[in-house]
Amino acid sequence: MPSTPDAPPSPILDARELSVAFDTTPVLDHISFSLPAGASLAVIGPNGAGKTVLFRALLGAVPHTGTVRWAPGVRIGYVPQKLDIERDIPITGRDFLTARLAVDRAAVERPDIAAVLRLVGLSEDTSRKPIGTISGGQFQRLLVAFALLGNPTVLLLDEPTAGIDQPGEERLNAMLHRLQEERGLTILLISHELTIVHAYATHVLCLGSGPAFFGPPSILTPDLLANLYREPVSVHAHTHAH
Amino acid sequence: MLIDAILLPAAMAAAAGLVGCFALMRRMVLAGDALSHVALPGIGIALALGIHPLFGALTMLFFGALLVWTLEDRTRIATETIVGVIFSAALAIGSLLTSGEDLIDALVGHADVVPWPEAAFGLAATAVIVWFIVRRRHELVLALVSRDIARTAGINVRRLDLIYLEMFALTVALGLRYLGILLMGSLIIIPAATAKRFSKDLTTMLVLAAALGAGATILGSIVALWLHRDPGPIIVAIAAVGFLSTAFRG
Repeated sequence: MPSTPDAPPSPILDARELSVAFDTTPVLDHISFSLPAGASLAVIGPNGAGKTVLFRALLGAVPHTGTVRWAPGVRIGYVPQKLDIERDIPITGRDFLTARLAVDRAAVERPDIAAVLRLVGLSEDTSRKPIGTISGGQFQRLLVAFALLGNPTVLLLDEPTAGIDQPGEERLNAMLHRLQEERGLTILLISHELTIVHAYATHVLCLGSGPAFFGPPSILTPDLLANLYREPVSVHAHTHAH
Repeated sequence: MLIDAILLPAAMAAAAGLVGCFALMRRMVLAGDALSHVALPGIGIALALGIHPLFGALTMLFFGALLVWTLEDRTRIATETIVGVIFSAALAIGSLLTSGEDLIDALVGHADVVPWPEAAFGLAATAVIVWFIVRRRHELVLALVSRDIARTAGINVRRLDLIYLEMFALTVALGLRYLGILLMGSLIIIPAATAKRFSKDLTTMLVLAAALGAGATILGSIVALWLHRDPGPIIVAIAAVGFLSTAFRG
């Protein structure tokens, strides 16, 4: 059973005894954690630990047992792992973003696509190309733009910087952190970059073959990481300049 | 005559082009083509009972689409496998129930005077299909890019899947009179496949696919009238020539 830090009175997300199994193979086993609004949760663990499955369970996209409670009125933006898109599919970034706005019929405030594109560092020209022809990094930025267009209060980011070059990665991380401060966003992030975890996370959930661990980033001791990844892991924690 | 032989099939072909765009992008070309085979037992049963074959085809297609949708949801068997087994069986059963000229008509279509209730139904159903694709195109786009992010945008993806499958089935049913079970799937897929090669955005693809479908049907119907032949094979041949002439384009 994971340990739990001091829980606020009304969490934005409360997961209790969350378990997922495919056929008879358990993928997530009785995961419990609770997040206050405005928190940054980093989900870490080796490949195959169930990180993406956890996100999909939180979204209600896979059958699970246990409970997932989101606070009322939560709007979720989701940035999945790199998607398998056919190269010749005639859907542009604009088509994709316009579709996001079009399906949000109840939206009171409609974000401006051009402004969101500037925010994620994607050019207008790139947004008018078919999505199968843009680079992996550009597509990841497009997915972040898509998530932001829904005016989310919670962002679930599944390795959002995979495929993005170093400057782009730093800019995206800084942008997400700035948005979090400005809008009070709650962020759930799957990342293999432990330096990012130390720089931005307020909470950490470690998934591996053993029991899950939940707590502040300070729980990430070399011993815990070595046990989690089954090999020694070096972490160079750095302080982010706010 | 003009409505029966040209305008009604052209309108249906335009709707088929729109439906085909998403069938192509959702990678359900083979599944869609095989789905049309399920109409055959329905036609056979309807003929045996002495009722209009369209009712039999519509009923079987409706339940065929529902069956695919249910099996996709409830089993972990690949859709292509499900479709391959069930609809090949449907073709076999349908061949047993239908015979002679009726079987040939059911397979490749037959030009005939369309009674006005059937024409009215055809136009109304065509309008519903076009309305669905135009109205729900944004949801269909999001669901085909990622079902998970479509869910976060508030889309009921499973319900959308079912409605799309039923619209596909309705499109097949509408074209059976002119193109038959074997050829109707081609008119759904070929114009969309040609349009895809010339399109860099969704709107262009939808407009082009509808226009190519209608164009091939009008031209094929005129040639068929001139040659005194059934229009189905000629329409599909014209659409296929259109696709092949662009197939080696860079």
